[in-house]
Amino acid sequence: MVTIYEMQAGLSRRELLKRGSIGAMLVISGSALISPRNAWGLEVTALKPETMATLIVLARDIYPHDQLADRFYAIAVKGQDAKAGKDAAHKELIENGVADLDKRAGGAGYRSLGWEDDRVAILRDIETTPFFQAVRGDLVVSLYNQKELWPIFGYEGESYSKGGYIARGFNDIEWL
Amino acid sequence: MAAPYDLKDDSVVVIIGSGAGGGTLGNELAQKGIDVVILEAGARHEYEDFINDEWDSFAQLAWLDKRTTGGGWRVAKDFPNLPAWIVKAVGGTTTHWAGASLRFQDHEFKALTNYGKVEGANLLDWPITLADLEPYYDKAEDKMGVTRTHGIEGLPGNNNFKILKAGADKLGYKECHTGHMAINSADRDGRMGCQQTGFCFQGCKWGAKWSTLYTEIPKGEATGKLEVRPQSHVVKIEHDSSGKATGVVYADKDGKLHEQKARVVAVAGNSIESPRLLLNSHSSKFPNGLANSSGHVGKHYMRHTTGSVYAIFEKPVHFYRGTTMAGIVRDEARHDPSRGFVGGYEMETLALGIPFMAAFLDPGGWGRSFTSALDHYDHMAGLWIVGEDMPQEQNAVKLHAELKDDYGMPIPDVWFTDHPNDVAMRNHAYAQGQAIYSAVGATRAFPTPPYPSTHNLGTNRMSEKAEDGVVDKWGQTHDIKNLFVSDGSQFTTGGAENPTLTIVTLAIRQADHIASQMSAGAI
Ligand SMILES: Cc1cc2nc3c(=O)[nH]c(=O)nc-3n(C[C@H](O)[C@H](O)[C@H](O)COP(=O)(O)OP(=O)(O)OC[C@H]3O[C@@H](n4cnc5c(N)ncnc54)[C@H](O)[C@@H]3O)c2cc1C
Ligand code: SF4
Repeated sequence: MVTIYEMQAGLSRRELLKRGSIGAMLVISGSALISPRNAWGLEVTALKPETMATLIVLARDIYPHDQLADRFYAIAVKGQDAKAGKDAAHKELIENGVADLDKRAGGAGYRSLGWEDDRVAILRDIETTPFFQAVRGDLVVSLYNQKELWPIFGYEGESYSKGGYIARGFNDIEWL
Repeated sequence: MAAPYDLKDDSVVVIIGSGAGGGTLGNELAQKGIDVVILEAGARHEYEDFINDEWDSFAQLAWLDKRTTGGGWRVAKDFPNLPAWIVKAVGGTTTHWAGASLRFQDHEFKALTNYGKVEGANLLDWPITLADLEPYYDKAEDKMGVTRTHGIEGLPGNNNFKILKAGADKLGYKECHTGHMAINSADRDGRMGCQQTGFCFQGCKWGAKWSTLYTEIPKGEATGKLEVRPQSHVVKIEHDSSGKATGVVYADKDGKLHEQKARVVAVAGNSIESPRLLLNSHSSKFPNGLANSSGHVGKHYMRHTTGSVYAIFEKPVHFYRGTTMAGIVRDEARHDPSRGFVGGYEMETLALGIPFMAAFLDPGGWGRSFTSALDHYDHMAGLWIVGEDMPQEQNAVKLHAELKDDYGMPIPDVWFTDHPNDVAMRNHAYAQGQAIYSAVGATRAFPTPPYPSTHNLGTNRMSEKAEDGVVDKWGQTHDIKNLFVSDGSQFTTGGAENPTLTIVTLAIRQADHIASQMSAGAI
């Protein structure tokens, strides 16, 4: 299970920011990733926290939706950490894949590239690699299958318990 | 629980599979007083247990045993282990299906005669005509409660339909309505009317949509002449030295093997598993598999020429609300070679939820062109194309040379490549679909590729002559008198229409034939 926890009292936002962040929005603290602005954190167990931070940026670059908070991408890639914990080969695939992204980006690495276009240009070069395929193939389910995200897209999900749409707008278009 | 029929009882008709073909045949025979055992690989989930959630429902119902696929189609690349989207459960794929129920057109039964020889295709005329099937189509429509037949009212149009209809009108299409659907528009046959839930593909939790699970099967069981044995996966059909089928070997839920004796065996496992089972049942007498003297078992795999068109509008649509497929344009279903291809196609409304839309919109796609389409999910309308594809010999269900299933049987390897006629038809349909939506102000429209096959046909095809196919006009195998095929694998050609009504029709007709052959002592 994914543990997303509220930021604990005592660890103030100022303090977090003082510890310095690699990306602008994600702080790495021990084995956790913390998003000070949005008050959530994510425990990482198998992968390096830096790797997880990169995966979150990568996930957004693969399926960019500006209306979605980082939290949704973090939940979506958390499964990579769990899988890496169970499967050494998978851990290596992910760690090496991220290291390769950083190498291709040069300088301070993939996450430090400010423009999506620059990061996407790198991804276009590696989109057929097993690393990219593994991340994208999992993400298309782990991102879009989050029920909390559906209302943001206007999808109402389960409808049986509400009696279907027979009295709830199945034919409510007026604009045609 | 003691089974009503003994494993050694060799007077029973054994049917493999409980879907559209098998479930219907089982009930029809039981109604005539014939003893029937249906062996079904999947578990029994009653309709209250269905789940209004795309992936959870898929995990509950879909056939997930390993398969492989190859050939030129994109599914081989995007879904290498999911050539088909079909069900493993009591009720078969009639749990998942959308309910569109169309009769074949007269000319489609004579594809070779009417289309002429098409290079690269093995077209053949069916050994039956529309006139032969009409009385049985009547019975099937009545049984299934198909709207706009037998005085049954059409379903009301949902938002997705309203857009389709407005666009079709603008293009001058004449035949556009809410379809012939095996979905109750009002209470009928002890089942309630459609509540516009929008989860037809996940199993109808109201029972408004026809499925053998809660119509044919309980009706058959009520006669005391039908036993449905779930989680019974048939691995082999046995025969005696005279070449007559004598029973089947199946694995129960614990993987333990049993042999059920039989007087007659009917195979209805859908068009991938049925030929696979015949091929896997090879013996020293039949080294190429059962009923395969022609070499046609598994060949001519068809899956309809499909594709979708989705479009985005300025204002909200909420196309996922209401019946998934109750909307059709039939004008392009005619055979009119001036369009650059033989045969025709239907356009039917279709909506997916966010999870499936993401998975199927552009499999493998990513980046902003992909996500910006999803961003307007609630402003989207969509339609599905279903057209006649060409039977080609190399499109086939084969046995995998190395991989085996849990019972040690070779898994199916499904090969498919579009025929140029399929490509020409799909491109025509993409253009027409986009024109429908542009006509009503779509700001963006896009064609999307075929999904894993939901319509699987043709792999044990029906033929007049034994050398041209696997079964005769009754679905009786040319080679083995007491062995029948009772599902869509019998189709000689695919027609433009969704296949299930025709599968059910053939099963009703086949039941009459089996009963008369049994009473005459011929089988
Ligand atoms: C999402 C979706 C929507 C669809 N919508 C429509 C539609 O609107 N209109 C239409 O006409 N068609 C539609 N279809 C297609 C329709 O469901 C099939 O054509 C129809 O169910 C096929 O009937 P069948 O008897 O051949 O096989 P199925 O209904 O698939 O039944 C085969 C059964 O055999 C069992 N089986 C297989 N092998 C074995 C074995 N070895 N031992 C024991 N049991 C076995 C399977 O578990 C299964 O239950 C749709 C399909 C899908 C997936
Ligand atoms: S829309 Fe109608 S047929 Fe489809 S699942 Fe809902 S109630 Fe059943």
